[in-house]
Amino acid sequence: MPQRIEVRIKEGRFDALGAKIAGRIREDLGIPVKNVQSVQVYTTDIDLKPDEMDILAAQTFCDAVIQEAFVNGCAAADRDFDWLIEVGFLPGVTDNVGRTAGETAGIRLGRDLRAQGGFHSSIQYLIQGDLDRDQAEKIAGDLLANGLIQRWTIISTNELDREKGMKAYVPKVADTQTPPTETIDLEISDDELVNLSKSKTLALSLKEMHAIRDHYRDKKVRAQRGSLGLAPDKPTDAELEVLAQTWSEHCKHKIFASDITYYEGDHAEEIDSLFDTYVKGSTEKIRKEKGDRDFCQSVFVDNAGVIRFNDEWSLVMKVETHNSPSALDPYGGALTGIVGVNRDPFGTGMGSKLIFNTDVFCFASPFWDKPIPRRLLHPKRIFEGVREGVEHGGNKSGIPTVNGSIVFDERYAGKPLVFCGTGGLLPAEVNGKPGWEKHAKSGDLVVMTGGRIGADGIHGATFSSELLHEDSPATAVQIGDPITQKRMTDFLLVARDMALYNSITDNGAGGLASSIGEMAQDSGGCEIYLDKAPLKYAGLAPWMILLSESQERMTLAVPKENIDEFFALAKSMDVEATIVGKYTDSGYFNVFFDEKAIASLPMEFLHDGLPRMELTARWQSPVTHLEEVPKVANWADAFKRILGRLNVCSKEYVVRQYDHEVQGGSVVKPLCGAMLDGPSDAAVYRPLLHTMEAVVVSHGLCPRYSDIDAYDMAANAVDEALRNAVAVGGNPRHMAGLDNFCWCDPVAAPDNPDGEYKLAQLVRANRALYDATVAYGIPCISGKDSMKNDYRVGDVKISIPPTLLFSLVGKIEDASKCVTMDAKKSGDVLYILGTTRPELGASEYFAEFGLLYGEAPRVRYDENFQLYTQLHRAVLGRCIASCHDLSDGGLAVALAETAFAGNLGLSLDLSLVPSTEQSGRPMSPEEILFSESAGRFVATVRPDKVHDFEKAMEGCVFARAGQVTEIKELKITQGKSDLCVLPVDDLKAAWKNTLDF
Amino acid sequence: MPKIRSIIISGNGVNCEYEMAHANMMAGADAADIVSIYELLAGKKKLDEYQFLNLPGGFMDGDDLGAAKAGATRYQYAKVEGTGEILSDMLKRFIDDGKCIIGVCNGFQLLIKLGLLPAIDGKYFTQFATLTENDRGRFEDRWVRVSYDEHSPCVFTKNLDVMDLPVRHGEGKFVPATMDIYEAMKKKHLVPMRYVDEEGNPSEKYPANPNGSIEGVAGVCDESGRVFGLMPHPEAYLHKTNHPKWTREELPTKGQGLRLFENAVEYLRKA
Repeated sequence: MPQRIEVRIKEGRFDALGAKIAGRIREDLGIPVKNVQSVQVYTTDIDLKPDEMDILAAQTFCDAVIQEAFVNGCAAADRDFDWLIEVGFLPGVTDNVGRTAGETAGIRLGRDLRAQGGFHSSIQYLIQGDLDRDQAEKIAGDLLANGLIQRWTIISTNELDREKGMKAYVPKVADTQTPPTETIDLEISDDELVNLSKSKTLALSLKEMHAIRDHYRDKKVRAQRGSLGLAPDKPTDAELEVLAQTWSEHCKHKIFASDITYYEGDHAEEIDSLFDTYVKGSTEKIRKEKGDRDFCQSVFVDNAGVIRFNDEWSLVMKVETHNSPSALDPYGGALTGIVGVNRDPFGTGMGSKLIFNTDVFCFASPFWDKPIPRRLLHPKRIFEGVREGVEHGGNKSGIPTVNGSIVFDERYAGKPLVFCGTGGLLPAEVNGKPGWEKHAKSGDLVVMTGGRIGADGIHGATFSSELLHEDSPATAVQIGDPITQKRMTDFLLVARDMALYNSITDNGAGGLASSIGEMAQDSGGCEIYLDKAPLKYAGLAPWMILLSESQERMTLAVPKENIDEFFALAKSMDVEATIVGKYTDSGYFNVFFDEKAIASLPMEFLHDGLPRMELTARWQSPVTHLEEVPKVANWADAFKRILGRLNVCSKEYVVRQYDHEVQGGSVVKPLCGAMLDGPSDAAVYRPLLHTMEAVVVSHGLCPRYSDIDAYDMAANAVDEALRNAVAVGGNPRHMAGLDNFCWCDPVAAPDNPDGEYKLAQLVRANRALYDATVAYGIPCISGKDSMKNDYRVGDVKISIPPTLLFSLVGKIEDASKCVTMDAKKSGDVLYILGTTRPELGASEYFAEFGLLYGEAPRVRYDENFQLYTQLHRAVLGRCIASCHDLSDGGLAVALAETAFAGNLGLSLDLSLVPSTEQSGRPMSPEEILFSESAGRFVATVRPDKVHDFEKAMEGCVFARAGQVTEIKELKITQGKSDLCVLPVDDLKAAWKNTLDF
Repeated sequence: MPKIRSIIISGNGVNCEYEMAHANMMAGADAADIVSIYELLAGKKKLDEYQFLNLPGGFMDGDDLGAAKAGATRYQYAKVEGTGEILSDMLKRFIDDGKCIIGVCNGFQLLIKLGLLPAIDGKYFTQFATLTENDRGRFEDRWVRVSYDEHSPCVFTKNLDVMDLPVRHGEGKFVPATMDIYEAMKKKHLVPMRYVDEEGNPSEKYPANPNGSIEGVAGVCDESGRVFGLMPHPEAYLHKTNHPKWTREELPTKGQGLRLFENAVEYLRKA
């Protein structure tokens, strides 16, 4: 008989969760509830005696100072409420609280309970308020629970059995027989092949299906298959699934590898792989030019890129996206996003210690007030779920979240973008070899460590290679478990230093098929015994075990002679490790279940058999006319409106909920200044506490400019990232980049008529990436693309604006020379660096007026790079008191932020700001203040440093344009006439109000 | 001079062991060993060989049953191989031997839930209070100002005035089981550290008091003064560049958080 323990807050004690939920019901759903109380529920199917249940209830699950527990009773019995909603997980969904409850119960009762069943958590919300059942349903479905992973029960106060309480329900996946491996006939019509690909979520094109079919027509292939006892002429389900995963857009980046014919007017150009030409091409050129000063150590070949930090350590970084899962379940999607990308640097080279996280989100407005298209969630719910997922993933893993941003555009309602990045520190040498090298040898054992395998995450790779549609599979959604992962990484770092393994990689998209398949390329083949793999519950078909994307798993190559020591260490640190195969040099990816072959694929066909795509791109500028720059009638109002815009306003609400200083090395935090709320341009972090050497981390992201030209979008992203890093003291000559492209489907098809234009945008963005990185000497070391960020259900199609996130990681020699953006002292001299041009196209200012077309900021690479290198010289000379980059909202925003972050005022003469002429007339105040031209900063300099500063900047465009004032006003003049005097506190309030949740 | 060996317990969700070890070394400890709780449970490392026990912050067992709740069960019931003891037995002996224990954040929550703090009248392993969810119902990372009770027996906070330190927690609100207990704590000066406002007065107002603790309770000690737990993270302020205002204020190079560790090491040297 299942039993329950209910734990409630004692009368008179504060129920923080209840109060928080009540607030969100009122604010997010607009339902005026009076009060919410929370009850934590533990349900178990383990046959525990009454006295054991009493012990667990009274001592283990209940904090007697503030809580009281009920065994198989009813915590709600004597409480006032109108509706009771209980939310628990669906069978098979990761339940971290339940898992911990089970483990802890076992420790308390002194016996291992795991074989006898488990514990499952749920939460009861007792809601007081005058609402009907529909409103209670809305609270459950739209706020408290997600039907893809959770279930809920709603009862009114009169329906509750106050004696027995709620009936105990155990959400357990019933163990079932293992389904057999099936064969699939591919000798069918083309239409049927296409349907097969769709119905099995294979995401393979007809051309690719043909390539697979043709493989099974090969006589040699048939003979080899026959000898293993496999159907000679048909793939098994496991083989087809492995090929679909390995060949997925997600894993193989087919669009980036395709042959493209690019048309601009009548001019046509052939591009032989965007990746080779632009991304890899630029990095190769930069590395060659850097010569002896090349700091790249491992690029594009591993889970993350590696650059030099110092003689003993290397820096590792990777940025991933987790967009599609976050659309369906924001919390679980983002949580797996962050703990997933953690495993990339962890699985790079011989494995690195994780030292920082970054997070960048793109959402629709949280104040969305239109109907929500089917299958989509309200943007506020996505915002809050993603925020919380990254909070739990990052904080619980003990990795500081040091840098990030949130960009808003209505089109991200179709798919939110959730970029998660992680940096690591890798020993430059592991056991006498470079730490970034690894090699699985034939004969090494395949060992899987960490979590167990369930049906979760099946088809993650192929699912994210498709647009979001009515039938997108819910199995792709899962919840991460940071503690299981933390235990595993703690263990593996010890194993690394004991030299117990030869190679390591993570299990992400494609699961074991992908991790073992990639490592087997080193040795030249593998044998996998799927029946050995540890499962969460019985009954998974062999192909599912192979493809499951269950989290918290790493795959290793462990030499036979080390295996006993490896397992002893794993056991002592409470980490599960299992031998699931061995690496061979057979040339085949062979898979067995109960000693019967279920898959045999030649390594060459698996990795190189994919036919290339041939695509057409056609560029046509969408800009039909240039719009007039609106005049400002009231400057106070204009400043406040721009400062309050979603893309400009303070993100403190999110930043504060992320631990940005665990590990003790923070130097420039996300928030800075006199009141600790100024927006830092970039993060600086000391990963080694005994030295002042530091890491700088920044990023650039400007999707709005894609509406004019994706070239400018990408060029500005690179420039913004570099600008941000230089502003805090980053050295422009020791920086590496990471490119993450998130696009809307660029493959033209009848249901995607503007695919050729979107591909042209992609080509242009790549060219900008090439031009900018080469000009700045910033090699890309790792990247990722996500190409199907569209939503289509019924007639509604939403495509995201083409988006490039450019992340930067660099080395700073002496962190004590870093600079923050807040004005420091009245009397300091105000400088404007760089040229302001009338570039307001797609600016925040235009957007505020519903306008779009104008000149997008054009990045002047040479001019900017000179400025950045000389600015860095000034930083090294400790000449600068504050420095802030100009981006969204232009000079107006940067001035206001500099002033209020310093809790001081600024005076500025606009006529001194270096600006160009506009058709023979000087630029208007609106143009100077709101243009978003690249390559600019606001800097303040102590009077005694003015000479040194100006000397360091000689030859660059810069001007002394005002000063820092004690009186907290932003006073802007134009020559002799006053333009405006704005109280800094008012500007700050406008900037802070928007997202003050 | 006696050697001061520090042990910093890691594993199972502990996160701040690295900077904690660094703090101990900077403070002059002769050794600062990061030891996994699993090594202790396996009997491979012995608590008895150390003088200064550090329980760092983190999320033991994910704080899934409430902060440090599952962790406390492990300390109270998991057996140490080869000795028949549990970890709590060793902790008690550690205290009886006149040694020092500091618990920061999750480590403080552990000490409170194990009943090692405040241990009024020497009643160890009795839970007199708890640390629970912040009034705002959310995790926050922010710097706060704390001040110290000069009359407290706490050896860690001797001769300290006010300092800024970061808090990074979701469950830091100190709640005594009864007001009598709290009055007894006050009488015995077992609250050596409080959140204060700009005027330096103990505060119950957010954000000076980040969690709603009664009268700004930020840290608690036992009557010996050698067991001390606190929500703020002194190990996250070891260098001036950790301070969020280091680019705008003149600050000493050594971070002030170090003072707590220096006091403990100095005390143990003299003991």
